[in-house]
Amino acid sequence: MFQNIGEMVLLAWRTLLALPLTWRQRQKVFDQFFEIGNASLLMVCVLSFFIGGVLALQTGPVLVESGLASTVGGLVGISMAKELAPVMMAILIAGRVGSAMTAEIGSMQVYQEIDALRTMNINPIHYLVLPRMVAIALALPMLVLFAILVGWLGGALVSFANERIYIPIAVFFANLRSVVELDDVANGVFKSFCFALIVGVVSCHQGLVTIGGPRGIGRSVTKAVVNSIVLIVIFDYILTNVLMVFNS
Amino acid sequence: MSAGANHQGGVAVEVRGLRKSFGRHEVLKGIDFLVEPGEVFVIMGPSGSGKSVLLKHIVGLERPDEGEILISGEPIHAPEVMARYRMALVFQSGALLNSLTVGENVGLYLSEHRLKPPAEISRIVSEKLEVVGLKGTERKMPNELSGGMKKRVAIARALVIEPHLILYDEPTSELDPLSAVVIGEEILKLKERIHVTSLVVSHDRDLAFGVADRIAVIDDGRILAVGTPDEVRQRPEPIIRKFLTADFNPNHKTRL
Ligand SMILES: Nc1ncnc2c1ncn2[C@@H]1O[C@H](COP(=O)(O)OP(=O)(O)OP(=O)(O)O)[C@@H](O)[C@H]1O
Ligand SMILES: [Mg+2]
Repeated sequence: MFQNIGEMVLLAWRTLLALPLTWRQRQKVFDQFFEIGNASLLMVCVLSFFIGGVLALQTGPVLVESGLASTVGGLVGISMAKELAPVMMAILIAGRVGSAMTAEIGSMQVYQEIDALRTMNINPIHYLVLPRMVAIALALPMLVLFAILVGWLGGALVSFANERIYIPIAVFFANLRSVVELDDVANGVFKSFCFALIVGVVSCHQGLVTIGGPRGIGRSVTKAVVNSIVLIVIFDYILTNVLMVFNS
Repeated sequence: MSAGANHQGGVAVEVRGLRKSFGRHEVLKGIDFLVEPGEVFVIMGPSGSGKSVLLKHIVGLERPDEGEILISGEPIHAPEVMARYRMALVFQSGALLNSLTVGENVGLYLSEHRLKPPAEISRIVSEKLEVVGLKGTERKMPNELSGGMKKRVAIARALVIEPHLILYDEPTSELDPLSAVVIGEEILKLKERIHVTSLVVSHDRDLAFGVADRIAVIDDGRILAVGTPDEVRQRPEPIIRKFLTADFNPNHKTRL
């Protein structure tokens, strides 16, 4: 799976060089951006609400029984912001949006649409990759910010509703606020920005290197999603380490 | 890059010793020919003989294993060449962008390169669509079109570029005889109007002999014959004769 890393770095570099053309392609960036939002907003809501909820459900009763009720808010708050929202949303987006990018670019490759662009002297990186990369790099951090808030709400509601935890919502958020700092949220949002780049590069690259017919497209999509997820998890570890050094 | 309504005609295309293999399958086995500026050069040959692969080399979509391709004397992979000369390839499949409407497809070159204001673009688009007999289809999506209509939209898209070199891959393969004649006439008109160099790949004998200044017959990755239509017709080689004169045989004995 890693034989393509060089090509992906090159694609990322070329996209970076094309960044000044973003304004020209703004219409496509908007289209992609809204498509991403449209495709994922509801799922982001549901997913992050339940992740926050289950975090509270798993840890709450134990903490309350050991007399640590005041830590539930902080625990849910920190884990949601720094870890769960960025990683889970990135994985969701890899499955929901990255796969669609690969499928679309892949079918354009297979059906010679990309060749047609090239003969018209239209650079597929400017035309296809750049708008998608910019859109996902903008959209995922926003979605993650939103997911963090919804996750907190999920944790708060579950903590209140479950009789073995039973922490009033105001108390939950007071505890949360005493632990979670703005830095922690920024930390998670920054991670999600990096994950967005990973999903974007992997998905566009897989699309561009698609060969064969419909089966080739299917193969590419699967590869794009699996590779994205593996890279997200690996980079999550690396980024967490790096951010720890920065924050201390 | 200029929109070039007044460019000085076509370019010369020279192919020298072109060889290309895909894996162990050698598709082009040494191709040489020269197309003069403003000429209509038709390439005929059986299915699978490497015609589409040859065209892709000429527009720079494939890189040769050996040999070179010169556009007005300059190798095509020199970056200036792509910027200086406009080329258009009408793909065998049409290769329209499925996510865009017909109108957007036809105007894509102008809109992406910001060559004309939008109102002007839509005027040119409807003009070119009319040329190929598809007036008023701007708002349709490619998947609502028949194969032959897609091909004609692809031709309109190529006309918009006002190219120095236009390559047609089987322009009439999915057209009814009347539309085929219209396309053939359009190839000739274009040649007269802007002196574009045209390379036409076709099995259509009527089209080939109708429009060609010269014809090349290609088989199994090699050029068998090049010449004016009359010269090619006179060639004695049995393969060429068979290819040019094959007709329905009431005894079902025609062999490939
Ligand atoms: N990308 C590719 N990879 C591998 N083989 C290829 C590729 N493109 C073409 N070929 C092979 O090259 C040969 C020539 O193909 P080409 O498409 O040029 O034929 P053609 O002369 O255009 O035929 P037709 O008249 O049917 O369009 C075929 O055997 C085909 O299998
Ligand atoms: Mg072909």
